[in-house]
Amino acid sequence: MSKSIENPQGYKSASLQRKISVILRLILAILLIIFSLFPIIWVISAAFNPTGSLATQKLIPANPGLDNFKELMRSEEFPFWTWFFNSIKISSITSVLSLSITTIAAYAFSRFRFKGRQTLLKAIFLIQVFPALLALVATFLMISQIEDVIPFIGLNTHTALILVYLGGAMGSNIWLMKGYLDTVPRDIDESAMVEGASNWQIFTKLILPLLRPILIVIAIINYIGTYGEFILARVLLKGNEKYTLMVGLERFTGAQFDQRWGVFAAGALIGALPIMLLYLIFQNQIIGGLTQGAVKG
Amino acid sequence: MASIAPQKTQKKQRSGLGSALPRVVRVLLLLIPDALIGWLMSEFITLGYLPLTAVIFVIAIGVNLILLIKKAYPLRWMVVGLVLMAMFTIYPIIFTVWVSFTNYGEGHLITQEQAIQQLIKEKYLPEEGKAFRWTAFKSSEGEYALWLIDDDGIGYLAKPGEPLSQPQPGEEGVGDFDDSGIPASIDGYQKLNAIVAATDKNLTEILFGEEGETIQVRSPSEAAELLPKYVYDSDLDAMIDQETGDVYANLRGSFTSSTGNELKPGFVESIGVTNFKRFFTSFTLNGPLVRIIIWTFAFAFFSLLLNFALGLLIAVIYNDPKFPLRKLIRTLLIIPYTVPALLTILVWRGMLNPELGVITRILENIFGWAPPWMTDQWWAKVAVLLINLWLSYPYFMLICSGSLQSIPDDYYMAAQVDGANKWQQFWKITLPLLLVAVGPLLLSSFVFNFNNFNLIYIFNAGGPPMSEDLIAGHTDILISYVYNLAFSGGTGIDYGYAAAITIVIFFIVGTITLLQFRFTNMWEEVSENV
Repeated sequence: MSKSIENPQGYKSASLQRKISVILRLILAILLIIFSLFPIIWVISAAFNPTGSLATQKLIPANPGLDNFKELMRSEEFPFWTWFFNSIKISSITSVLSLSITTIAAYAFSRFRFKGRQTLLKAIFLIQVFPALLALVATFLMISQIEDVIPFIGLNTHTALILVYLGGAMGSNIWLMKGYLDTVPRDIDESAMVEGASNWQIFTKLILPLLRPILIVIAIINYIGTYGEFILARVLLKGNEKYTLMVGLERFTGAQFDQRWGVFAAGALIGALPIMLLYLIFQNQIIGGLTQGAVKG
Repeated sequence: MASIAPQKTQKKQRSGLGSALPRVVRVLLLLIPDALIGWLMSEFITLGYLPLTAVIFVIAIGVNLILLIKKAYPLRWMVVGLVLMAMFTIYPIIFTVWVSFTNYGEGHLITQEQAIQQLIKEKYLPEEGKAFRWTAFKSSEGEYALWLIDDDGIGYLAKPGEPLSQPQPGEEGVGDFDDSGIPASIDGYQKLNAIVAATDKNLTEILFGEEGETIQVRSPSEAAELLPKYVYDSDLDAMIDQETGDVYANLRGSFTSSTGNELKPGFVESIGVTNFKRFFTSFTLNGPLVRIIIWTFAFAFFSLLLNFALGLLIAVIYNDPKFPLRKLIRTLLIIPYTVPALLTILVWRGMLNPELGVITRILENIFGWAPPWMTDQWWAKVAVLLINLWLSYPYFMLICSGSLQSIPDDYYMAAQVDGANKWQQFWKITLPLLLVAVGPLLLSSFVFNFNNFNLIYIFNAGGPPMSEDLIAGHTDILISYVYNLAFSGGTGIDYGYAAAITIVIFFIVGTITLLQFRFTNMWEEVSENV
């Protein structure tokens, strides 16, 4: 497969062969790139197409303009900015809290030895295997029951949604974090302990700074996952003002999609931007995390 | 126990979370949240939410133990996570199991006790029995009042929504009584003569008095107190209709008469394995469920196959580190993966729109025909597979190219010496080694697609529908069918049945996961590094 193992004896023919193969592969690459990027380019084009409907769109709009974006800002029935802000808010809070819960718990698993430690670790792993999606009906019923006594953790509140997301926090990335912590040498803790530092001090002052790379990865993966989450938000949130961007845009496209196409495209573009930027900036770290089994969402 | 292993440390160094506080103080501090939780539990019990109360109780006990017992010190580091996990992940799973054995759903949302409470409030007007003679009064605003006289000759004033009173002349605006004990006037009201009153149709509709003691006009001469229509008989577990004598026995969470009449509301009751029976009989009857199950597996399998194949192909083809523009190509190909999937699914929905979508239009221009992506069951299936390919092949490309680089060149050298060609090298070396490395991720991906609700629901809501009256569609997978059962309400919300199907999915996912463990020896690894 790898070209480095090419037979050096057949140098000339190999060189020609290689050229043809490179050209063929470049053509294939172009086809693949078209397949990959066409929907994205089409959305960008739609967003700047002033007529705003599905039927009249061309790849390069006749009079490109910001009409769709202006329309998006104006609409009162579909408060785009509220949704956008809701999404940012919910994802940020969930991501930070989830990261704190995971890190502190993983530290305990990595550094303390206690009875039932392995069992607990395995149990947490088993529980996170089941997608939260499956308990959807039960989660919905539970939140509506809680609402009867504590209205601010009821249906249509962001608090309830965040708490449900955090319910999965322990399971999601504790393994990745613990694995990383296990590679941090214990000598660091031990020497600090000799000098009389408490566990909490060791954790916050010594270990935490060393965890920076993995903290960033897990925080971003959490953030992206929460930002893109749809179904729990769809089931638990009922009011237009409370929707996240994903729920809002899905609802927005529910009727007269062909007429609203341009405005939707503008919204999708703005909505996708933060996530695409995160990916492009932290590409290598995120991919490393995902392939090591981090959970997206 | 709580020390940092393997070193044994002195007690004073254990001053981590909260253990700096004396125990007495901690107990006192715990009393406040505990009292709050006690109050919460009492509220939930009054509402009849027993499972919820139970789980809160268990969690509260657990937290108290963790915070008070010295041995549990390490758990204090994760108590918040554990509480949230117990409450919002484990409890819903257990609750799902419970719901799957009940008839929870439309018309069966409250407890039996609550249903009885509601039913015994229903009243009827007895044909016989204690009665009052009545005289009607009417105000200029059209409000009515009754003057009632019982058998003992005592007079009462009855107004809608107010308790009955026994005013003497001069009180409450009541004027002097005439010979038969009826006041000549009531302030603000005018006396109706007997004929007008007897023919006033409104009058027989009005309920006078308050909840608990309600009077209704029965005939031109008599008014009577309403009596409870149903009485609960706990021996029979049935409601007895006091008016007709009918017995409404408890039949699967509804009080049902021998003729099949059901009293509303029904209530939640255990119905054993009925939901599961329904699932498996429907499964064998070749109903829509069978088609959904087959499609769920097919969708997950073909998604995995296609996405993995394309990802692998790309990874292999561009594995050459000297290939021109390799980095750029890779970055461009990753882009589909970086956009939130929900947004791109919506974009695809627009592009595949049957009349106006760009892909439809392009195909029509070239071939004069475009597939009916949304309305034909097979093309809809092709469409979701195509979209899924677009969404996920970058992921497989990434994990495959990562693993490819970890295969040592020596293997290929040796193979070449033995005369193996490229094709053989791929099948004998690359693929087996790769599968070992990415196998677990493939299984996770299978499970993910098995429950890929977003794609199915957002692209076409599971459509096209299998038939007019069914809530199942041709591209529906199990989880989206569950969603329809529980939330769409087309044919009546049925949480119980939805939960039963969820349990079946649990088992399927669980089996695959066990397979994954076998496959990867994950447990062994886990045990080793702890």
